[in-house]
Amino acid sequence: MIFDRATAFKLVIGLLIFGGGAAFSLILDNYYLQVLTTLAMLCVLCWAWNLVGGYMGYPSLGTVTFFGIGAYADGIAQVQGFPIYAAWLAAGCAGAVVALLLGLPLLRLKGHYFAIGTIATVEVLREISNNWETLTGGAVGINIPIQPGSPDFVGRFFFLAMLGLALASFLVTIVVDRTRFGFGLRCIRQNEQAASMVGIDVFKYKVSAFVLSGVLCSAAGGIYASMVAFIEPKDAFNLITTIEIPVMVMLGGMGTIFGPLIGGVFYVVLKEFVWAYFINWHSGILGLIIVAVIYFLPSGVFGISWTSALKWLKLRRRPAPPARDIVTPAA
Amino acid sequence: MSVAPTSPILELKSVSRVFDGIRAVDTVSLKFYAGEIVGLIGPNGAGKTTLVNLISGFIPLTSGDVIFEGKSLIRSKPHTIAQSGIARTFQIVQPFAKMTVLENVVAGAIYAGHCGMRQARDKAIESLEFTKLTHLKDMPASELALANRKRLELAKSLAMNPRILMLDEVNAGLNSSEIDEAVRMVKAIAARGITIIVIEHLMRVVTSLAQRVIVMHHGAVVSEGPTDQVFRDPRVIEAYLGNRFAQRFAKSSTLVPLEI
Repeated sequence: MIFDRATAFKLVIGLLIFGGGAAFSLILDNYYLQVLTTLAMLCVLCWAWNLVGGYMGYPSLGTVTFFGIGAYADGIAQVQGFPIYAAWLAAGCAGAVVALLLGLPLLRLKGHYFAIGTIATVEVLREISNNWETLTGGAVGINIPIQPGSPDFVGRFFFLAMLGLALASFLVTIVVDRTRFGFGLRCIRQNEQAASMVGIDVFKYKVSAFVLSGVLCSAAGGIYASMVAFIEPKDAFNLITTIEIPVMVMLGGMGTIFGPLIGGVFYVVLKEFVWAYFINWHSGILGLIIVAVIYFLPSGVFGISWTSALKWLKLRRRPAPPARDIVTPAA
Repeated sequence: MSVAPTSPILELKSVSRVFDGIRAVDTVSLKFYAGEIVGLIGPNGAGKTTLVNLISGFIPLTSGDVIFEGKSLIRSKPHTIAQSGIARTFQIVQPFAKMTVLENVVAGAIYAGHCGMRQARDKAIESLEFTKLTHLKDMPASELALANRKRLELAKSLAMNPRILMLDEVNAGLNSSEIDEAVRMVKAIAARGITIIVIEHLMRVVTSLAQRVIVMHHGAVVSEGPTDQVFRDPRVIEAYLGNRFAQRFAKSSTLVPLEI
């Protein structure tokens, strides 16, 4: 592991953000706590997606598959009478097992095929949860025991749980970014054939990243299910979320440490803004803004190269250069 | 450097590979010894690259066995073969395009060269110096000119600490001075005790590098031996120039078909 000064700086910034979030939870009211809990949850999902979609370059649309598995594992475990922490552990384990089982076939696919394959898993699992009534309660869903305590206390409890998981995702990302595992994932993104020729166990690396990502998503699903105290198929396996997550990471910058956080915050703020000002046209305008950002800023809102942007502006002001003489060779 | 009469470092035993009924490599048995440079030549489609793909585990064998340092490789995957000390370059270069030159070479050092992350950097810098790419180390690999990309492949393979290096047409598309440079580099690599197998179309390069030449045609080895002898073998001439020329050559001893 190479832990250089730049990484130390990123780690300190991250810890300050998380510390600030934890401190804020003491003074915020329940509404803001809820908003921040959702934001923390989205950040977990973004960091998890970033491992597979960003570092490894596999465009997964299966985030919600693991999220839903985690939610159901948590719900079923708590209804069976397990304590909440055991249920979260069960959620993480279920996510790992499902990610391993799905990863073995899916990771043999590439590009569009992989994306379609992963989105199919969301649909299949939603249908299973709809129909396997003895286990999942079918379309009716599962009522999960509500946590005892005042609303403020419970709100703070779930916020801190989600914030802790986000911190874990952040630390996992830093470790992946700086070790041979993450370097190998980046090699795989560039050229799988060359990666195996320099001695990288490509398939093992891909499955490991997929499982790691799945565990984080399903743990988030577990905490979410305990928080809302009720899950149903269309909430646990929500197709919109599975598409929103990659969009957020693209907005923030794929394959970077802070991209998922920046993208998550940017997207949530943007969505709130559009909702507030263009209530009738919100999804259309949101879509246009997303397309524009991805088209013009392919490495994310903070991935702008300011020097080249300045150069471009200067170039625009200069008169057009004289036409090159194509007969005499260029000097 | 003479061919040591010891046990071979790499041995192919009746290796075959069939693609849709075509025997791309047909019962090839070969031995390679430590530290030698072997030329692998033959007309287009002779099965040279397929043979390299079989040794590096990239394509599974249909039958036969590959023994490297006493161990069979046929059940090994490409990455384990690379880790065990067999490196190769690709005819069409395969860099990690968006990484820097240094990062490309570091990748070779980390996974197959069995280095820690820090050690890998030193190792990479050393092999960049050897291939004279140090001044380009922070450039993205995609921006290199062809000659330098071929050198990058060499640097990457070197960082892997190989005992066998298979070079698949490292000189294709280079100009004459670039070729001279590449030939010197390959010789310097062999001087480190690394066995080198060169696939090559330029006879000038083969004769100046290889002590021993293997000629393939239609998937089979048609001739094998010291470089100057092989080039006078009528079967080799037939493979390259056809039957009629080979017969004419057999009658006249003054005709030298392949320029040496």
